[in-house]
Amino acid sequence: MKILVTVKRVPDPETVIKVNPGGTGIVTDNIKWVVNPFDEYGIEEALRIKEKVAGSEVVLVSIGGQAAQEQLRTGLAMGGDRAILVKIDEQLEPLAVARVLAKVVETEKPDIVILGKQAIDDDANAVGQMLAELLGWPQATFASKVELGADGKSAKVTREVDGGLETLAVPLPAIVTADLRLNEPRYASLPGIMKARKKEMKELAIGDLGVDVAPKVKITKLETPPKRTAGRKVESVQELVKLLHDEAKAI
Amino acid sequence: MSNVLVIAEHVHGKFPKTTLVALAAGKELAAKAGGKVTAAVLGQGVDALASDLAGYGVDVIAVDGAPFAHYLADAYTAATAELVKQKGFEAIVIAATTLGKDLAPRVAARLNAGFAPDITHIVDAKTFQRPIWAGNVIQTLEIAGTPRVLSVRGTAMDAAPKGGTGNVEKVAITPAGTMQFVEFAETKSDRPVLTEASIVCSGGRGLKSGENFTTYLEPLCDALGAAMGASRAAVDAGFVPNDLQVGQTGKVVAPQLYIAVGISGAIQHLAGMKDSKVIVAINKDAEAPIFQIADYGLVADLFKAVPELTEEIRKLKSA
Repeated sequence: MKILVTVKRVPDPETVIKVNPGGTGIVTDNIKWVVNPFDEYGIEEALRIKEKVAGSEVVLVSIGGQAAQEQLRTGLAMGGDRAILVKIDEQLEPLAVARVLAKVVETEKPDIVILGKQAIDDDANAVGQMLAELLGWPQATFASKVELGADGKSAKVTREVDGGLETLAVPLPAIVTADLRLNEPRYASLPGIMKARKKEMKELAIGDLGVDVAPKVKITKLETPPKRTAGRKVESVQELVKLLHDEAKAI
Repeated sequence: MSNVLVIAEHVHGKFPKTTLVALAAGKELAAKAGGKVTAAVLGQGVDALASDLAGYGVDVIAVDGAPFAHYLADAYTAATAELVKQKGFEAIVIAATTLGKDLAPRVAARLNAGFAPDITHIVDAKTFQRPIWAGNVIQTLEIAGTPRVLSVRGTAMDAAPKGGTGNVEKVAITPAGTMQFVEFAETKSDRPVLTEASIVCSGGRGLKSGENFTTYLEPLCDALGAAMGASRAAVDAGFVPNDLQVGQTGKVVAPQLYIAVGISGAIQHLAGMKDSKVIVAINKDAEAPIFQIADYGLVADLFKAVPELTEEIRKLKSA
């Protein structure tokens, strides 16, 4: 089983994000960069499949600047076998990202592609679904459980949807996007980190892929939403109920 | 002509509020684009739903048949694309529910369309706003070409009101697809739906266990007629199902009253509730960030305060 997993470099989720004065981007000084948390679930799931199915390979792919190597190394230290970095300095919109990934899939021919359900920076929640469409593959998004068929040609995926849990059956190859209850990602071990340094990291220039990444969506402005201010502290439950009833008229 | 297609999601033979918000967005977009809005209902045996939908003053396309009995991304994408091809819609609008988030990007890829996910504001026919970075930044984006695909956040605007009449047209479509529905394990609850409730009480890691959600938070919800929610930390810890998660990666709510119990107020949780009208926080840590956005903060041990609060509310209601 060959599993391709996407790895996006994003700011640590606890980062306080500020828009730059020109409204063209965010202030990136002093930001700690990490693997997109949902991609970590994806890496972990791929490693668990590899541990179950002999002869499996876990290939990591990132699209971004040279610095994204760090996040790929983190994935390799967790146990990924090799990594591909598609180099580009500009931000791509989800459809362009999906096109680049489709090209990588064409070369790598994985049985499953696992992506995080969304990146915590642009919150688009779109690339997995778009990639599935471009490839003509089935998609099982927001996965909380992935069971591979004994034949190695199908999967049953449980999905976290509004109102409950849905189970889908899909033939492979397929796209899976990871939700937060899929697993608990492991930490990279020290030997893992040492080994990761020697693992293959292939770099591709985006220009060499021959993919149309021209934007369809133009981001014209970023701004900070109006801040909510702190109200008041109350001393007791009785005071709270009185205020909610008399002042806020909320109950 | 800049006509708009709204894909109308239905649940148990009804249109949830999220669908009616998407319909309102479709109407607003059509008005701004100088076009007309049509709503499509897909499913098996959807006659009653289609005429119900026409009662919102829109023309309706009913796509009926066994392949649509359960939502499947490939079949629904094929059907949506076919409708766009037949009728020449220039914009496709879908509620940003888990169904819409699954479907809209796939439709955009099929149509080679510009995609604006989870929008909260329609500036004009091609310009939209959406929150990114867990709601810390509002992004304005422009999609110059057509078609455009939008998913609409359930708190973006008021639901479309009933009124007017539209025609119902049946369109037969036989979609190709390889995905198969196996089962749906529904979370049964007598409480209001999280995204529709006017009061939401959410619990966080401070509740310490799933049993404590049952013992402490549920009675409070029931006294208030509130929906129950949870922080990601509580979901991560396995206290409650993910379906209850309020936040950047869960549901976004904006009720009249939001009561956060034992929730510290991580950025990603605030993203899902900071547009609530009145926010109450109960937390024993006076420094918890949730107090910075709460209208009323009570620094207290929740295991003492919540039963007291439940009792006070019961008294108030029976008075």
